[in-house]
Amino acid sequence: MGEIFVIVEHRKDEIRDITFEMLWKANEVSQKLSYTLTAVIIGSKIETLVNELAPRADKVIVVEDEQLKEFNSELYKTVLQDLMDECHPFLTLIGHTSWGMEIGPSLSVKTGFPLATDCLDIMIEDDDRPIAIRQMYSGKIYSKVSFRPSDGYILTVRPGAFPPDRVGEHQGEIVKREVPDLPEPPRHFVEFIDTGAGEVDISQAELLVSVGRGIENKENLSAVKELADLLGGVISCSRPVVDKNWLPKYHQVGTSGKSVKAKVYLALGISGAFQHIAGITRVGTVIAVNKDPNAPIFRVADYAVVADLFEIVASLKEKLRVSQKVFCETTEVGRMHDA
Amino acid sequence: MNIIVCVKRVPLTQEVDLEIDERKKDVRKDMLVYIINEWDNYAMEEAVLLKERFGGTVTAITVGSEDDEEVLRRCLAMGADKGLRVDPGDIELDGFVISRILAEAIKGLEYDLILTGVQAGDNNYAMVGIMLAEHLDLPHAAVVTGIEPDGNEATIKCELEGGMEEISRIKLPALLSIQTGINEPRYVSIMALRKAGKKELNVIKLEELKLPNDDLLPRTIIEEVFLPPDTAGAEVIEGEPDTVAEEILRIIREKGVGI
Repeated sequence: MGEIFVIVEHRKDEIRDITFEMLWKANEVSQKLSYTLTAVIIGSKIETLVNELAPRADKVIVVEDEQLKEFNSELYKTVLQDLMDECHPFLTLIGHTSWGMEIGPSLSVKTGFPLATDCLDIMIEDDDRPIAIRQMYSGKIYSKVSFRPSDGYILTVRPGAFPPDRVGEHQGEIVKREVPDLPEPPRHFVEFIDTGAGEVDISQAELLVSVGRGIENKENLSAVKELADLLGGVISCSRPVVDKNWLPKYHQVGTSGKSVKAKVYLALGISGAFQHIAGITRVGTVIAVNKDPNAPIFRVADYAVVADLFEIVASLKEKLRVSQKVFCETTEVGRMHDA
Repeated sequence: MNIIVCVKRVPLTQEVDLEIDERKKDVRKDMLVYIINEWDNYAMEEAVLLKERFGGTVTAITVGSEDDEEVLRRCLAMGADKGLRVDPGDIELDGFVISRILAEAIKGLEYDLILTGVQAGDNNYAMVGIMLAEHLDLPHAAVVTGIEPDGNEATIKCELEGGMEEISRIKLPALLSIQTGINEPRYVSIMALRKAGKKELNVIKLEELKLPNDDLLPRTIIEEVFLPPDTAGAEVIEGEPDTVAEEILRIIREKGVGI
């Protein structure tokens, strides 16, 4: 009977969501093919995590060793290659994360199994061969990808592509595996650094005025900052703005930045790369302003404005200034100021 | 410190209407403007910065047609010493095949570091760099946002999810796939491009690498490309900026944000 591997991703004693998302899809595929769904976890002192996985897979393969505590591509690769050479899993699912971007291509070369990266969906054809759906050109085009025939196939899965399977119906058999001879790795973990902390916490803001590449230069930011102030909102941004050092990292929304949950998210000149969109899934209402009518942000926005962001920002500021002036003139504070 | 940087020329597709070609295997490219892949531009800049600090040479390499030499010339203008183009002729290329070609072209060269971009803006594979490292049996790291070499090792910073970064030590020679934002790529002037015209730019044909046929067979096949499936879609706000602004403010208030 065939087998489907899901390589478990965990960090700091927590299983990452991508793992549950992959298990959800793998469960569907394994049922269709009547294959065994196997979660593979590598680490050290991971008993709690193993217990969390058991109800979600037919089998949990555990490889435990002090040396395997933190992800180390060299060591993890050795363990996984050993396992894959022996079990020949039909599909091996790995997260399309920083971690998976390293181990996926490595394992593909080591095992000879073809690799499709950043898959949004996985389908099984009538002849039982897999098909992957993925994006090209930063999400503007989709592609249907088939593989050269092989004993096994490796797919890295986009975070957020599938719902996280938190409901278990399996009673997975736990299989502890001997650790193979590990090489002296040429790379050593030193430490984790949290770059998310800063003067403002965008994850707590009710209203975010968010800017992207469309802002064009640093000078233009001041107009948007003024708008954010007038609205009583907080300024946030997409990756290119941080890459260019126009705003500090703690303003960044997205996979490598922060996940936000504002009531309203005003996206100005943000094209909507999937890494960015992953950070706004909990937002109440998305209003997107972009010159490009095909910008992927419009696919997730509630309201779309196809226009030059600077014109919209100028009009918004104008309106807010007028209403503030009216407010001042009709209140005590306003009269005191006038006097 | 000798550094090899792998680069790719890709079409600029932001704010461009993409049309699917007749074979439904890719987009129509005849009207598109080409640029250096954004990630590779950062990798190239990082190589030149390291060369400025530690000396050595920088070689830019690409797998592509004569048109793609434009990108190599740009790299030469940024500060690379040599350019190398491997002409693959008209064979189908996937990430694996590109990585095999690069490995074969690089294996005789001297280097301490190989830099690639994390991914290319056209296919978004994010696999060529690490596969290349594997073919050459090199230590490697993906999504790198900082490099500090000392002696035979380097301290590197890799970007993880959720605002986390990982610091690690890696032995050289190594391959690092570079993330955007690691530096501020320099502006390339017409003058610099003109001067770079005198620098060495070599071309080798794929046949010269004598790769086994099996290595030149793609492992993944694009069966078909299509436009994104329809979603519920956003409600479009149209009109003069003034009207649009009025409507945006109305929505913000309606959603319970006090302004």
